[in-house]
Amino acid sequence: MNEAAQRIWHPIASSTDLPFRHTYHGQLLGREFAVWRADDGYVNVWENRCLHRGVRLSIGINDGTELKCQYHGWRYANRTAGCTYIPAHPADAPARTICNQTYPAIERYGLIWSAEAPVGELAYIEVLSGSAVFPLRGIAVNAPAKLVMQKLVTYQFQPSGQIKGQTATSQLLSSSDDSCHLAATDGAHSTTAVFFVQPVDAGRSVIRGVLAETPADDLKRPVLYHHNQLLTALREQVEQEFSTLPQPAPFAPVIAPPSAPTLPDIDFDSPSPRGRSAPLRVQVSKKWMTALDIAAFDLVSITGQLPTYQPGAHIDVHMPNGLIRQYSLTNGPGETDKYTIAVKREAASGGGSLCMHGQVREGDVLAISEPRNNFPLRRDAIQTVFVAGGIGITPLLAMSRTLHHSGLPQTLHYFTQSRDHIAFPEILGTMAATVQHHLNLSPEETAGQLRGILESYKPAMHLYVCGPGPMLEATRKIADDLGWPEPAVHFEYFKNTNEIDDSSQFEINLARSAMTLQVAAGKTILETLRENGIELPSSCEQGACGTCVVDILEGEPEHHDVFLSDGEKQSGKRLMTCVSRAKSNRLVLDI
Amino acid sequence: MQNQNEKDPIIENLWHALGALKEIDAGQVNKTQLLGQPLCYGKDANDVAFVWPASERHKTHTPVNFEALNRCLPVQVRYGYVWTCLGTPSEEIFDIPEYVEPDRRNLNAASMGVHVSAPRAIENFLDMGHFPYVHTDILGVEPHTEVKDYDVTVSADACEILATRCLFYQPMASQASAGGADVEYVYRVPHPYCSILYKSSPLDAARQDVICIFIQPLDQEHIRAHMLLSVLDVDNPDISIRAFQQTIFGQDKPILENQFPKRLPLDPRVETPIRADKSAITYRRWLRQKGITYGVIPAAA
Repeated sequence: MNEAAQRIWHPIASSTDLPFRHTYHGQLLGREFAVWRADDGYVNVWENRCLHRGVRLSIGINDGTELKCQYHGWRYANRTAGCTYIPAHPADAPARTICNQTYPAIERYGLIWSAEAPVGELAYIEVLSGSAVFPLRGIAVNAPAKLVMQKLVTYQFQPSGQIKGQTATSQLLSSSDDSCHLAATDGAHSTTAVFFVQPVDAGRSVIRGVLAETPADDLKRPVLYHHNQLLTALREQVEQEFSTLPQPAPFAPVIAPPSAPTLPDIDFDSPSPRGRSAPLRVQVSKKWMTALDIAAFDLVSITGQLPTYQPGAHIDVHMPNGLIRQYSLTNGPGETDKYTIAVKREAASGGGSLCMHGQVREGDVLAISEPRNNFPLRRDAIQTVFVAGGIGITPLLAMSRTLHHSGLPQTLHYFTQSRDHIAFPEILGTMAATVQHHLNLSPEETAGQLRGILESYKPAMHLYVCGPGPMLEATRKIADDLGWPEPAVHFEYFKNTNEIDDSSQFEINLARSAMTLQVAAGKTILETLRENGIELPSSCEQGACGTCVVDILEGEPEHHDVFLSDGEKQSGKRLMTCVSRAKSNRLVLDI
Repeated sequence: MQNQNEKDPIIENLWHALGALKEIDAGQVNKTQLLGQPLCYGKDANDVAFVWPASERHKTHTPVNFEALNRCLPVQVRYGYVWTCLGTPSEEIFDIPEYVEPDRRNLNAASMGVHVSAPRAIENFLDMGHFPYVHTDILGVEPHTEVKDYDVTVSADACEILATRCLFYQPMASQASAGGADVEYVYRVPHPYCSILYKSSPLDAARQDVICIFIQPLDQEHIRAHMLLSVLDVDNPDISIRAFQQTIFGQDKPILENQFPKRLPLDPRVETPIRADKSAITYRRWLRQKGITYGVIPAAA
């Protein structure tokens, strides 16, 4: 019955209802919204329910970047409303499908506008086109919008310049189902006002008036008072009239169960030749040298809202030269208007970094994958230690920024060759108390520093390491020597430098698909699966990122990856299909 | 009277607690409601309890002659509460063996009204993940938020849910301990609207304090929660033991009252469960299998 009304933009709040880090309970056509402004100014209008247990998000905590539910601390990101953290399971990255329903929001004329299913843009109103519009206080009325509008068209008020007078005449300039334009004239003074009626529910509304001109400073309060008084009288009159009429049943909006968010609508979503899909199209909005030999890129979407990411996530970038490379997102929480990556120029590289440095320019369009998080950040540590070497700063920067924003205890140790090699100095400068720079150290000096950093392990401390292979190995070894248990040490390699012997042949048995396949010498499990029509997500395809992991039900794996910890490798429960093979003749996989 | 479409024969034939016997003034009328039906209850000078359908003649806190009542409902006093049944009692009230142990103190911590359905309140009682957020510095504290894996079983006769090996970090494990530690809980759900919690006793490592919640469904979306404590504490006066439980429950109440929908959805797709919700998932499935319709939104067939 409300379908027509659902297509129309309505005001749901005043701009002043959204002060710093507040969450506002908005209502429209019987539906509740959690309305909140992030620190970057973005106004979020969401279904007012946490996806977990249905607690109102309007009682949640707006931390400026994310909204946190009061009940179990689930966090939802600015813009996307995707869940970024579930505290009951700190080691896990939340599934991408956990994403709240969002509604469009426009801020105009001092009001926040939204609609359930808007058709077209919010139309501009000629008389309010000046910059000096003056929104009045919202007046809640216990009566249907239609009845309120019938009264509003006859609303009589004084022009702002003649507020004490009594002889003004109001003229109706135009009206529709949900707004009317009025002009009040008293002698030489005239004021134009537009009144909108927000249909809160079947029997409830809010009158939201906007004057075309802001009164002189000394008249602002008298003008607000004047309209408050008159609109309150109008409200009483309408409510009196409504009380004599049959009372309508409240609207019962349908709350859709959570579903997988739809990806941006694009035509050219085909898997790349190597089977790694890149459904997103982004434009390089900014490219700059953030450090010596390190280029940073801001990527903005040209195909709709970028998907939710969590600290530690990476994307595949499909380059103009056909190569695919993985880059970690460096973004802080709620920075959902862009992805920021950094690329180090490696003269000895296979051409990925040279392409990003040399060929890719501002304005270029790149195909990228959705963010994947195989390096999730726990936020339940009593102390988190980050050890970054060189370009290994990228995932750890996102993590450190996240903990910094929440005020959680941490230290970020950043090992670089020189001051000039420090990436994102402007961001690190904003959290200087948590960052320790270690410049120009030899491997021996680095090891000495690491021993100092890692010497006093206590339960519930966690270590995250990313950097060049030798440094990573050294850090893991020192942590192990100093009593850090394996589950407390988290690491991410840039690449797998292991020599992979792929001469073996073996059989794989796919338990869920009931298929048996032969993996030939020179072929990977992943390739064999693909050739037989089984698509498995993958990313780096060299055993570093962890995307193509599968569970082993039977058989003994031969690990060639650098993703799994030693303990995980020994347990033989999982393997990376892109590099790992079998020691037994047969592996039964949970696919 | 109940609306026909609100009839749930299973719930109607169960016993429900109405209030603590000790808190009733003898010889007087008390009014309450159960499953939408207004009721009167009271006790005589010998602590014999009576429950009967409310009528205009009986006003709250006026004297009543129990012998003159013409139609009374089934009544039992158990665990210190008056229980009744609107239909034909289908089973005995579940057993709480610890209640009769001679050295336990049994008391009603509170009877609190909450604007929520009974199953939502039970689910909250079974939930550990909210401790650091809702009961901050008492039953939990950030950053210790992890819900470790635990076991949930349904008894062979499908009468009862049992959750065991439930460990959660508590900042003050007991008054005697200086720091935090994991506390072990066991939960029983022997009745769709009742649950029993066992928690390691600070005084005797081999025994457990028992906290029970008996939900009285006023209607589908309003309850009174009766909280029975059966504890080994010998030092603290009743008033401070009660105050502690009332603080905890007072923290839950605003959360429960902000849950939407107020009835518990049994369709597993409507809300997003996680591993930590194992007991809630089992509880929802158990309600569904029992065919409970009162206080829930049944799953589409």
